[in-house]
Amino acid sequence: MEAPIGPVIRLSGVSKSFAAERRGAPVVPAVRNISLEVAPGTLLGLVGPDASGKTTLLRMLAGMAEADSGDISVFGKSVSELDRSLVGYMPQGGALYLELSVEQNLDLYARLRGIDPAAEPDRIENIYTLTGLGDFRGRAVGKLSGGMRQKLAMACAVVAAPPLMLLDEPSVGVDPLSRREIWQLARDLSGQETTIIWATSILDDAEKCDELLVLHEGQVRYSGAPTGLTDLANNRVYSTPVLAGDRRKELARVHRLPDTIDAQIEGDGIRFVNRIASKDASPAQPRAADGFVALLDDGLKLQDSRLAATFPDRTETIGQAGAAIAAVGLTKRYGSFTAAYDVSFTVAPGEVFGLLGPNGAGKSTTFRMLCGLLKSSDGRSTVAGQNLRTAGPAARKALGYMPQYFGLYGDLTVAANLRFIAGAHGMGRKEGEGAIDDVVSALSLESILPQRAGLLPIGIKQRLSLAAAVLHRPEVLFLDEPTSGVDPIVRREFWHHINAIAATGVAVLVTTHFMDEAENCDRLMLLNQSRAIAQGTPSELKKGIARGGPEPTLEEAFIALIEAQRRIEADAA
Amino acid sequence: MSSAGRRRAAAIRTKEWAQVWHDPSTLGLVVFLPLLLIFLFGSALSLDTDQTRTGLVDRDGTITSRDLSAALKANRYFIIEEASEVAPLAQRLEGGDVRGIVVIPDGFEGEVTSDGDAQVQLITDGTQPNTAAFLSSHAEGVIRNWSASRDLGARAAAQPIELVTRYAYNPGLESSFMLVPGAISIVMAMIGCLLTALIMAREYERGTMEGILSTPLSTGALVGNKIVPYFLMGLASTAICVAVATLFYGLPLRGSAIALLIISASFLYAVLAQGLWISSITKNQFASTQMALLLGYLPSLLLSGFLFELDSMPAAIQWLSYLVPARYLIPPLQSVFLVGDVWSIFLPNIAVLLGIGTFFLWRARSAIKRTIA
Repeated sequence: MEAPIGPVIRLSGVSKSFAAERRGAPVVPAVRNISLEVAPGTLLGLVGPDASGKTTLLRMLAGMAEADSGDISVFGKSVSELDRSLVGYMPQGGALYLELSVEQNLDLYARLRGIDPAAEPDRIENIYTLTGLGDFRGRAVGKLSGGMRQKLAMACAVVAAPPLMLLDEPSVGVDPLSRREIWQLARDLSGQETTIIWATSILDDAEKCDELLVLHEGQVRYSGAPTGLTDLANNRVYSTPVLAGDRRKELARVHRLPDTIDAQIEGDGIRFVNRIASKDASPAQPRAADGFVALLDDGLKLQDSRLAATFPDRTETIGQAGAAIAAVGLTKRYGSFTAAYDVSFTVAPGEVFGLLGPNGAGKSTTFRMLCGLLKSSDGRSTVAGQNLRTAGPAARKALGYMPQYFGLYGDLTVAANLRFIAGAHGMGRKEGEGAIDDVVSALSLESILPQRAGLLPIGIKQRLSLAAAVLHRPEVLFLDEPTSGVDPIVRREFWHHINAIAATGVAVLVTTHFMDEAENCDRLMLLNQSRAIAQGTPSELKKGIARGGPEPTLEEAFIALIEAQRRIEADAA
Repeated sequence: MSSAGRRRAAAIRTKEWAQVWHDPSTLGLVVFLPLLLIFLFGSALSLDTDQTRTGLVDRDGTITSRDLSAALKANRYFIIEEASEVAPLAQRLEGGDVRGIVVIPDGFEGEVTSDGDAQVQLITDGTQPNTAAFLSSHAEGVIRNWSASRDLGARAAAQPIELVTRYAYNPGLESSFMLVPGAISIVMAMIGCLLTALIMAREYERGTMEGILSTPLSTGALVGNKIVPYFLMGLASTAICVAVATLFYGLPLRGSAIALLIISASFLYAVLAQGLWISSITKNQFASTQMALLLGYLPSLLLSGFLFELDSMPAAIQWLSYLVPARYLIPPLQSVFLVGDVWSIFLPNIAVLLGIGTFFLWRARSAIKRTIA
């Protein structure tokens, strides 16, 4: 095919809104006034948190959605006349048929995209080699790991080697090793002239792109080279060493400083992004994520968590014998499939324990067994001294649970949702109202009380979910992927509350697939493919794989552990 | 069609077959649901009343009245329970133990012999209208036959006027002969609509529609090829129904198999297209199923002439029934089974069915936009 002349993609003043969910509600703007040109052969990163407009923009480029206003041209022609054989579009989640085999899926998409697999066996074989799926041809896609599924989805989208690849979150929700492999796969499947648009909410991905378009709430906040984004945080990123026992207290102190935008525990220090240059701390190397935080800075100065202040003081339980959460050999089998195998750990009062792993690693299964929502096939567990599966409803009062997906009633108002939760916990009218008033003022939810919960923006929903989980001031708090898909500003506020609540003596169990976030945990368990592959403090995990040289990141530690696991499996097979 | 176009079409069909193979519920829908429904409609829903328990009060007590009682007792439709008073029988009627009461009044013989206005009272249970209607018509028949035979004996010289009713095509007047072809159409309407109502909605719900639509495949080719496997499965269901009807219920197939095939194929085309349309406008499996039952199954049951005679319905509802595909299937289907190949009945109905199918296919095609949002 001839090389297209001029930019592959040209957008001018493109906007799109979604119709209101019900009459009278405002329309929801998805993408606002975006202009853009993409030169052939560029790898453009489309970066932003959930609901920032990435998917809508990609869909418009793929001809899957129409813009309300503005012009989109792809390969020099209006997108309404798009030749779909020139575009390989991978929708979020991949659009695979889970009950069909790898081969059936690849064959379907190959033939739909004009390739005859029988006539071009080399092309198909090459894809199997590059994706590493050759040994899994007959396996149902639903039984593949998340990383393999994403690789197959990408292969299905670009099997015809199109000059334009539109990839919606190909690297989200997979383990860090698979993420690295997916990047490599995209390079292997594309040529010099292939233009790639890569949507992601992971800022680490951004540094691998040629160009970036940073979106937030449908608007372009930054457009240019990744280094330009990183430069926004130049001379603003610092690190200060901290003693292991004081980490949480020190983090809260740094957060309260008037010029701090964001601070995070990292290794044996606290890494923070400042609004101005500072002389008191030693500078650290800025990253794209720091630039993004600086870009989104809302000028807010974090105060002491008022939410934690409403918790009863349980600090005397900290350091005492006895675990708030204990799991011993927890195993869950579904027929021949093992969803979690031999998971054991304990969490002490006042401790934040993280279950870290990709989608499908067994985090949520372990969670549900602990909560008593799922019967374990083997092993036992206690929460606040009780087995929640057999103990009466009173035992559950000790537990606060924030589910992975918004678990409140979308068509009820915020106030009605909170009243319902209070009632469900068996609080009386007076008691319930007092509890609600406390969390509402602590989390500044007053203005949204009369609004329907389902219509709230994602960050506010997350805050509301937290309010619902802690309404009864539990002594054990379970948080399932609490910060998945939210922007760094919301994430910062969230961890600020969690750390403060833990400091009152609450045991916190949190799942996440963000490596940087895991540093907030006192101790971690790494899960991959239904097994616990390591357990310890973040620095223990990192030191475990260090062989001289600079201290590895938690991500590098995880990758090394997954590689070791794969080697063991390969030897066993 | 280009070779790439043919390949795309074949790819969709292969995928649909593979999905059917992996989803046992589809096979259940094709094999077990028709069997269940045909046996249910064929056996349980018989409109024949046989051996109905009926009370008899003979107040006359004469030879003539006993003769009539004997005629009633001889009839296979009745099991006669005699009593001297109405009251105890009336109680049993309330309890549903007897279905009707025949009362022969005092002075019956006199009225009959004097050629007066002889009357027999029949009390039936109006809460069971079907049974009541059959009971009264059977009783009427017995009494008329009885009086005719008496007239014949009494006035041998006179030319008796004999009313001979011949029940054409269904000489035994077995309602299953009429009902089974109707049941086949209900089964086909339900299968056809349900099968396809789910398939398009499933693509939207699982997000696979986005992947399919982003390929060069045209929506027309998508819709057209998606329907093929379900069309063939629908024909298989029909074959199962026909086999049960002829082998188990002894339904004759007086017409030709090819006529039956053409009729069923055009009906399936109509209902599958309707299901596909439902599926593509709702984009949701739950809503599709609801709509398939509401727009496909219920009207077929109520407005096709299967259970309720259309001629006795209000004009507005009769007009409405012209929109129900099953209405155009039942007459040709009954004909092909019970009469033979009557192309003057088949052709207009087939034409309407093909028209309905094409209309819905066209609507389905325009309901599936190339865009997802």
